[in-house]
Amino acid sequence: MKVTQAWHGIPGTTIFDGVQARKGYALNKMCYSFNSAENRAAFLADEDAYCAKFGLTPEQREAVRERNVLKLIAAGGNVYYLAKLAGIFHLDVQDLGAQQTGMTKEAFKAKLVEQGR
Amino acid sequence: MATIVGAITTSHVPAIGGAIAKKLHQDPYWQPFFAGYPPAREWLAKARPDVVVAFYNDHGLQFFLDKMPTFAVGAAPEYRHADEGWGIPTVAPFRGDPELSWHVIERLIAEEFDLTTCQEMLVDHAFTVPMSLLWPDVDAWPVRVVPIAINTVQYPFPSPARCFRLGQAVGRALEAWDRDVRVLVLGTGGLSHQLDGERAGFINKAFDQMCMEKLVAEPEALTRYSTVDIIREAGVQGVEFVMWLAARGALTGTVARVHASYHIPISNTAAGLLVMENRPRGAAESRAAA
Repeated sequence: MKVTQAWHGIPGTTIFDGVQARKGYALNKMCYSFNSAENRAAFLADEDAYCAKFGLTPEQREAVRERNVLKLIAAGGNVYYLAKLAGIFHLDVQDLGAQQTGMTKEAFKAKLVEQGR
Repeated sequence: MATIVGAITTSHVPAIGGAIAKKLHQDPYWQPFFAGYPPAREWLAKARPDVVVAFYNDHGLQFFLDKMPTFAVGAAPEYRHADEGWGIPTVAPFRGDPELSWHVIERLIAEEFDLTTCQEMLVDHAFTVPMSLLWPDVDAWPVRVVPIAINTVQYPFPSPARCFRLGQAVGRALEAWDRDVRVLVLGTGGLSHQLDGERAGFINKAFDQMCMEKLVAEPEALTRYSTVDIIREAGVQGVEFVMWLAARGALTGTVARVHASYHIPISNTAAGLLVMENRPRGAAESRAAA
């Protein structure tokens, strides 16, 4: 696992600091809007238009299109807001964990259980 | 004078809310987790709190990055849960205690904690899930509430030591509250877990168990950890342990562990529960006799 933020040096970890908060503002604002069922429906009805309304950067738009969690985080996304985007696709935090670690969901869940032994 | 009956610290994983709604208490995955809670409820029945003062963290229901308070104290007559975007069922509204809220706010600001005060405040799963675990199957909550939100979304977060001192100041404020009410302190979140990054799924049982052990009798030993230390040891979202430190800080007397439970995993999280009784210093014997 590589270190992406030199200031803390924890591998595979992006702490949502001021740099990320500024970079990810538009993306996170869009995700925050998904607390509303009406907004979730509007996103599903016309994803391009909805993303454009929030002024996503090309990097953010691409990450949303690919449903790629690591890219969403690299683009400034915060996992608490991203969870609201993931919820639209009925993905839970274990789906997200599996995708980010390149594991199947079953293998990811087994790894969690293993850590309790 | 208000009586601080004790503190309960517990995980608040959203999936618990779903499991409660679907009545999965006896499901093999959930049973070991839910089995931890009856002793907490038995203690609560004896402790009879009138008010809950709860330290929790909002996950993007009430607060967004446009304005992100470090410490936010509820001062509302009522607090509502709402749609969080990914499907957790909402629960009944909670009655506030604005007089106590303002008393706490005044005391905390006098002690130089510069707060955000909230006369309207939505509360998310971090508040509602623990309440549902402690008071299941109620039509109306049997307690009034004072929610205190601590920022763990946007770094820098208040340090573990600062959160502990916030709790201590809340404890002093409660002791100075000139009403005959019984107060339970709640701290929600943790224990170790990480949702994001290639390190997602990180759990640290040894660190969690050390924290649960030390929190009761020597919490100051845990306040030497920095935010980054806790993230390294307990995962990014394991930093929610500061809520446990704040709750422990609010206990002003002699603290006894009544009950503890720990289970891996619930969702991506190591789930912990700790029940601590607060016994007024020098009065433990008279209380035991009563």
